[in-house]
Amino acid sequence: MRSKVTAYLRVFLTFARNSLVRDMTFRANFIVDCVAALTWVAMQLAFYLLIFRFTPSIGESGDWGKHEFFIFLATTWLINSLVGAFFMPNLSEFSELIRTGNLDFALLKPIDTQFLISLTKIEWSTLSNAVFALALLAYSLGQLDQPPHLAQWILYPLYVLCGTAIYYSLMIVLSSVSVWMGRNQNLYDFWFYITNFSRYPMEIYEGPIGTPLQWTFTFLIPILVVVNVPAQLLAHPLDAQHWPLAVFALLATAVCLAGSRWMFIRALASYRSASS
Amino acid sequence: MHARVMVWWTVLRICLEERLVYRGDFALGTLMRFLPFITQIFLWDAVYAAGNSTTIGGYTYNEMIAYLLLTNISRAFSSMPGLSTSIAQLIRTGDIKKFLVQPIDLIGFHLLMRVAHKLVYYLVAAAPFALVFYLCRGFFAGWPDPLTMAAFLTSLALAFLLGYFLEAMIGMIGFWFLEVSSLLFVYQLFSFFISGQMFPIDILPEGAQRMVDLLPLPYLAYFPVAVFLGKIQGVALARGLAIEVGWVLFFMAASRYALHRGLKRYSAFGG
Repeated sequence: MRSKVTAYLRVFLTFARNSLVRDMTFRANFIVDCVAALTWVAMQLAFYLLIFRFTPSIGESGDWGKHEFFIFLATTWLINSLVGAFFMPNLSEFSELIRTGNLDFALLKPIDTQFLISLTKIEWSTLSNAVFALALLAYSLGQLDQPPHLAQWILYPLYVLCGTAIYYSLMIVLSSVSVWMGRNQNLYDFWFYITNFSRYPMEIYEGPIGTPLQWTFTFLIPILVVVNVPAQLLAHPLDAQHWPLAVFALLATAVCLAGSRWMFIRALASYRSASS
Repeated sequence: MHARVMVWWTVLRICLEERLVYRGDFALGTLMRFLPFITQIFLWDAVYAAGNSTTIGGYTYNEMIAYLLLTNISRAFSSMPGLSTSIAQLIRTGDIKKFLVQPIDLIGFHLLMRVAHKLVYYLVAAAPFALVFYLCRGFFAGWPDPLTMAAFLTSLALAFLLGYFLEAMIGMIGFWFLEVSSLLFVYQLFSFFISGQMFPIDILPEGAQRMVDLLPLPYLAYFPVAVFLGKIQGVALARGLAIEVGWVLFFMAASRYALHRGLKRYSAFGG
């Protein structure tokens, strides 16, 4: 078991090194990619700075003041950049592997197929957003009245990883669908539209339409817990009322990972290899 | 003259038929495009609920939502997905020479292709648009008067032309740089914020607003919507339309000039 873990880790490190070597071969392109990614987050930051000129907080409760919301925003970027760097470039190519029949080559390799198709390529430039996010996080934490407790520091990275895992599972499910559909070029679009709901504090979804939306995206497709739980944990003092959702997030992560794995294996069983 | 009209008519008809092949994909894509709009409604609701005043930059909550909804219409006219990239690709792969040997003008051909694309788009997107606007009718105060409506439609037609010539011009940069994708990405980012797709540009601080006013980008999304909502009237409206015409003419001439200069240095890559 242990040697298997070491072997997978070594394969992953080889993938990471290869991707870095490729990126460094076209260094100017890499820098342009980093700048473009950073421009995007800078513009978003500018938009929210503009919004906070007109309001002291997002939502009437006042829970998400400027600095609390910036912690939320930084968490969104952090998780998105992890997903964008490690999984997005690979899974968006998965449907192409199916369409062309090139998945055959992945299936033949003596390694877990889901691992192989999820992590082959790493987009290092996307991680520049994570650096920006950490800087914003550090600044915003410094502005809070009450600095986070040790437990919050420990739980935050754990829940960031949980959020990343939930997003990853959703992507696996979406790309598995392409095995049955033959082609699924709109993965990026669909991904953007669905995850769009998780970009704001869940409290803003209220009322006759908002509440069902909040329930759907918390319990049915748990994307609202992805950013909300870690951001809530760090931005606000630990409070008994948040614990149920935090426990639920752990459960949701486990169910999502197991469910997506099951779906992926089912999808592979239906693969008919277009090339042969 | 008759022969020329027939040529362009045939081009338009072929483009229309080509576009109609993917009508199902089109309709679904259009409806999906409104999904992010739902989160925008909730975001602005939360902002107004906690805000210090009932208006932001002169916009009430209803006006803000109506504004954001209407930008979908102005973008339906001014956005030109894939235009710059396809022109740059023609240059890079060498396929542009078919326009050099055939008696067809590159800028005119692509313009007709876009007209066909848009016509089909409106045909297929009319139902999803009507549905969304019907569901959101409560955010609107009513129809504007005929004169405002005429100005709105004019500004939309101009937004289409401006969007086309502006993106064609960016594609022509491919004569000099070959790869325009990163440049295009940065342009799209700026365009997204500055054209007013995300928020009405009159809520910007005054200095920033004055700078943005000097650019052609607000005419792609903000201007037609502000006209519809009655935010720009009288002399300001006439002035705005005149400036929009000016920008269209400028980019029309600039793209023509760029094509002319570009073809002179074109060296037929791709065999």
